[in-house]
This record gives sequence, C-alpha cells and structure tokens, in this order.
Amino acid sequence: MRTLATIAAALAVAASFALSAPASAGTLEDVKARGSLKCIINTGLIGFAFTDANGQWQGFDVDFCRATAAAVLGDPNAVEFVNATGKTRFTLLNSGEGDLLYRNTTVTMSRDADLKLTFLGVNYYDGQGFIVPKSLGISSAHDLDGASVCIQTGTTTELNLADFFRANNISYESVPIETNEEARQTYLAGRCDAYTTDHSGLAATRASFDDPSAHVLLPEIISKEPLGPAVRQGDDEWADVVRWVMTALIEAEEYGITSGNADQLVSGSDNPSVRRILGVEGSYGSFIGLDEEWARRAIKSVGNYGEIFERHLGPNTPIGLERGLNAQWTDGGLLYAYPIR
Amino acid sequence: MTSVTTDPAQDPRMSGASKPPSLFDGGLQGFLRRKEVRAVLYQILAVTVLFAAFAWMGNNVVINLKALGKDFSYEFLGQASNYDINQRPIEYDSQSTHGRAMLIGIINTGLVAFVGIIFASVIGLLVAIARLSPNWLLSRLAYAFTEFVRNVPVLLHILLVYGVVITVLPNQREGEEPFTLFDRVILSNRGLFIPKPEMHQGAGYLFIAFLAACALAYLWRRYAKVRQEQEGKTLPVLLPSLGLIILLPFLMWLTSPDSLTFSIPEQGRFNVKHGLRLLPEFFALTLALAIYTSAFIAEVIRAGILSVSKGQKEAAGALGFSRLYALRLIILPQALRVAIPPITNQYLNLTKNSSLAIAIGYQDIVGTIGGITLNQTGREMECMILVLLLYLSFSLFISFLMNIYNRSIALVER
Repeated sequence: MRTLATIAAALAVAASFALSAPASAGTLEDVKARGSLKCIINTGLIGFAFTDANGQWQGFDVDFCRATAAAVLGDPNAVEFVNATGKTRFTLLNSGEGDLLYRNTTVTMSRDADLKLTFLGVNYYDGQGFIVPKSLGISSAHDLDGASVCIQTGTTTELNLADFFRANNISYESVPIETNEEARQTYLAGRCDAYTTDHSGLAATRASFDDPSAHVLLPEIISKEPLGPAVRQGDDEWADVVRWVMTALIEAEEYGITSGNADQLVSGSDNPSVRRILGVEGSYGSFIGLDEEWARRAIKSVGNYGEIFERHLGPNTPIGLERGLNAQWTDGGLLYAYPIR
Repeated sequence: MTSVTTDPAQDPRMSGASKPPSLFDGGLQGFLRRKEVRAVLYQILAVTVLFAAFAWMGNNVVINLKALGKDFSYEFLGQASNYDINQRPIEYDSQSTHGRAMLIGIINTGLVAFVGIIFASVIGLLVAIARLSPNWLLSRLAYAFTEFVRNVPVLLHILLVYGVVITVLPNQREGEEPFTLFDRVILSNRGLFIPKPEMHQGAGYLFIAFLAACALAYLWRRYAKVRQEQEGKTLPVLLPSLGLIILLPFLMWLTSPDSLTFSIPEQGRFNVKHGLRLLPEFFALTLALAIYTSAFIAEVIRAGILSVSKGQKEAAGALGFSRLYALRLIILPQALRVAIPPITNQYLNLTKNSSLAIAIGYQDIVGTIGGITLNQTGREMECMILVLLLYLSFSLFISFLMNIYNRSIALVER
C-alpha cells in the first residue's frame, strides 16, 4: 500500500509540475543571485572567441561578455562561457542555458521577430566575403562561374550565397560544412575553389593558415552582416542592461575614456558626457537596476571599444583588420552610440 | 486537483469491490496480492505512469513554446528554401520549397543507405569467409580488419575516408592532372565524372529490349534448373544471363543510336562540366559506412556459418561437392537463417549512422531539413520531429523488407 501511495504522490507532483509554467523572474535578478553571467559565445574563432595558452577565453565577443559581468557583478571573470555552434546558439539562449548571446550573430528581422529574440544593437559591422587561393588568379567573385564554394552551415551565409549567384546568373556548387575548422581543412585540401563566410571570419581563418599570403580576400562583400548581442524577448530590464553596457564601451571611445584613465577622469573631467558615463553626474545606473559605477567598471576591466578592437582584431594582431565601417562616426565609420543622458 | 492527479489506484480497487467476495478474502492486502489482480492492476498502473509522463512532457512543451511566443506550424515547408544543394537527384534550385529540399535529403539518405547496405553485405560476406579460411594469412588479415574496423568510432571512419579522398586524389585547384580513362571518365578530388546517358525518342524500345532480356534470362535459369534436376548436369547461368541483358539492349541501340546519347564530361575552368558526377562526399560516406558495418556483418555471418553443424560440410564433401558449391548450396543457406535477424540490425545501424553525413557536408535528411532549413526557419521542434519520423520510417521500411526475406528463407515447419 505504501508503494501505491508513493506512486500516487509522485504522480501528483508530476502533474503539478505540468501545470506550473516555468518561472520567469527577471534575468538581471537571476544573474545577481547566481553571482555569474552565462554568456553564449563561439566554439572557437580567432579574434572573436578563442582560448589562449592558459586556457582562458579571449576575444572581441568575450570581452563584451566580461564587460557586462563587470558592470552587473563587479567582476569581469564572473562569466560562465557557453559555447555554441551556428545551429545551437538560439536554442541555447531561448532554453535559458545562457543569459545573453555574443556570438558574432547577424541581426536580421526573422531572428528578431520570428525567433523571439531581442537584438540590442551592433558591435561589429561585417559582410560576407570570399577567400580564394592566389594561384587561381581571380580578382572578383564574378569570375567564380562553375566554381565549388565551401560554406559553413547554420548561418545566413547559405542564403546570401544562393542570392548572390542567382542574381548574377552564375552557376556554382555549394559544399556545406558544419564547423569553421572543418570548412578550413576542406578548403585547404582543394575540395573547394573558394570559401565564404563573414569578412572578419575569413581574415581570422586566413591568419591560421600555414601560408596566409597565398590566399586573397575578394573585394566583393555580398551581404550586410551587422553582428550584435541578443537576449530573450520579453525581458526589457535585462535587455537595457546589455544594450547600455555595450553602448557605454562605444561612447567611452568617442569621449576618450580608456581603461587607463577612467579613474583619473572621475575627478579630472568637466565634460558632462564623460561625467555621466563614469557615474559622477546623474543616476543613470539606477535606471537599469545597477549602481552608479557600472560603466566605469566595464571600461576599466576590458577597455573601451577601440581598445577591445585593437587588442583582438586590429592591424597589430595576426588578423589585421582595419577599423573600416567599425570606426567612430567622427572618423567616418558607422559607430554612432546612443548618448548616455 | 486535476484529472491527472487522481489516484489511479482508486479505480481498479473500487471496481474490485463490486466483484465476487472471493477476490477480497484476506482484506485489501490479500486482494492486492492476488495473481489476477496483480496481473491487471500493475499494468494499468504502469500505463498510467507512462502516459502521465508523456502528458507532462507534452504539456511542458506547449507551455514553454507559448511562453516564448512561438507557435507550432509546418507552413515553412511550402516556402522557398533559398539555399542550394550540390547533390540533386531531382530538379531543385534555391527557389524550390523547403519541402522539396527535404525530399532531396530523403533521396540522398536513401541512396547512401541502399548502396552502403549492398557494399557492406558483400564485403562482410567476403571477410567472414576469409576469416574462416584454412589459409593462415587470409584468416589473420580478415581478423585484423574486423578488429580494427569495428573498434574505431564510425565518425572517425567517415572523417578519415573523406580526408583520404580529398587529399590523395589529384587536387585540380593546385594544377594536378586528374586521372582519366579514354577521355570519358575523370577522377579528381572534385569527384568521379562519367558519361551521362540521356534518353531521347525511341529510348522506350531499349527499355523493352532490356525487359525482354531479363525475361529470357529468367527462363534460361528455370530451364537450367529443370535440366539439372532431370540429368544432373549443371548449365552455366550467370554469364549467359549477363550477356543477354547487356547484348540485347546494345544491339537494339545499334539500330537507332540517336535514342540514347551520352553527355561526356569535360574539364571546365574550375570543375568538370557535363557528365554524371559522383560527389567525393557521397563516395566517402558510403565507403566509410560500408566498411564500418561490414565488420559487424562479417562477425554475424561467421557466427552463422559456425552454427551449421560440421556434419553438413563433411556430408557435402562426401557427396563430391566442391568447397565453393558446398558453401553456396549447403552452408550459407543454413547460416543465413541464423544471421538474417542480426544482419537486419546492422542495416538499420548503417542507415541511422548515415546521419553523421553532416560532418563532411553531404546533404542528407539531417543536412537539409534538420540543418539549413532548421536554422533558417528557426523551427527546431517541427524539423526535429520530421527528422525523427523520417529515420523511423526508414528503419521500419528496412525491417519490413528484411522480415519478408527472413520469412522466405526460414525453415518451413509442418
């Protein structure tokens, strides 16, 4: 009889589970209670998210995760990194395995609306390009008629590729590969004439070749790929936190606040914009549920946007990307941060 | 409390109360311990728990999807897919629907499974026979092959074979000369290119000639069998049949060469143009799966052969059967009776393992509907359910065919 009662009790518990919708407290409270931030990043892409010699995650996207953790929790290392392929990233975010997504992810309407995500701006302006061996003697993607093109699946690249070749009435063979690493091997083995993915990704991949100079990036950029962070739809408080941390890093560069001079500028600057970012004037931190030093901590931990870019992608790194579209608007780029005021 | 929380034990007990008092001897405890009651009650209980678990999971899915604001719909199958597929057995371009892309995935999976199963069976049978051969070297080689192949994960086999195929075959991009045969067949790491038959008016006659040849071959086989039963003479069957099937359509073709022409592969700027192309991905995947599965099939067949009593072989020898004939006519038919059910398992494994094709970019079910379509539409639940059902159908279909075959060779008991 006792067994029966136990089973009945178990059933009752199961049924009550079934009836209670999953609890949805705010992500900000969850993160604070947990004491760590779960950030979804790439499984490995030099420059954006990769492990250094000490096994620590480094990279452009990784630093934005750390800045968010520094602003929310006061510790840039309080981040649990969740690695995602192009295919798994949205599922991981939507199922609550991660609090935010910084995985060189293109902002598109279908992802924003149909996949129920909220995108929070753009941290890298990218576009899809092609890499080919120099020996092919090609100078334009329009010369690729009949060529085999390796693509990394699970991204918007298949769609752009199909559109580009259809619009230009060029025939081609698509060879879809699951990960960047295997796509790189397949391309190097000569199975494909060209490899296509985001321009920044191509530059990063080329940096890992034995002989980077034997391969050239074609001038055509066949798509707009604004890469940016995303959170689950419907948690506006948390969305605000992630959006304004990123904005603060971009605006910090505009006003010359760096990881090195942030503390001096707290007392040494009369510029109201600087003082607002650093939390000396106004109470902007409290608007997003944080203290007033949120942005100062973020900037001090990883530096401003320019510092992050120079450290991981800039001309002095193996990737060697110019700022290009990713320069501040004052320098002719597209970075035009919403003002913090 | 809802209907799910109602104690399921209540109902049977209450209905039990209305039954003859003999069931209730010894009170509730005795009632619950009775054999008849136990047999029914615990089954009802088990089924209830199972259903409750499923209902819980299903309910959670619905609630969670609703919480995310996502609906459940297969409308995307009718929308343009916007991506290209390199192996297209049927017409397809990026403006075709997701449903058609899925159909291509199904055909591509079916192709790999079909060709893979044939090769796995042939290699498996040969290895099993070699393994049991009195020739020491041959049997040791077969032994080493089996042990190596079946103890390495199948994904490694696939990556290894693919790596070998694309690095060992001539790399056209770097200017290496591809292998050619009479300028008609080209082989490089872009694939195998062979002349592609193209049907024109009058091709129907060729088909009729082919059918007629098959019918003749069948009649010849029956005649040979009757002759053998009456006179004990064996007539050659295989070669004459093959000759007939090739020669008759060929003669027909000579009378009207325009009915069937061939598109010859020729070197283009990047890839070979025209002709029929066998992708290196298809080749590598099929070969890897066939090799991997053949090791298991070899062991199953070996077990089957060993299960045939030694007396059968000795009796065959005493009656003057050659070793080959004894194997073909006496040992193998009996061995297969034992081996077919486990071989069916291996066929299913091969088909399911083909889903690893994504690793090398072969566009099968997982690559199309479970891959690019899933990613572009964001319909994980819908796509994964489809993928699951498709593999289930494949498996059930293969089981169905193999069960028919199994019944046809099973010992008929009177």
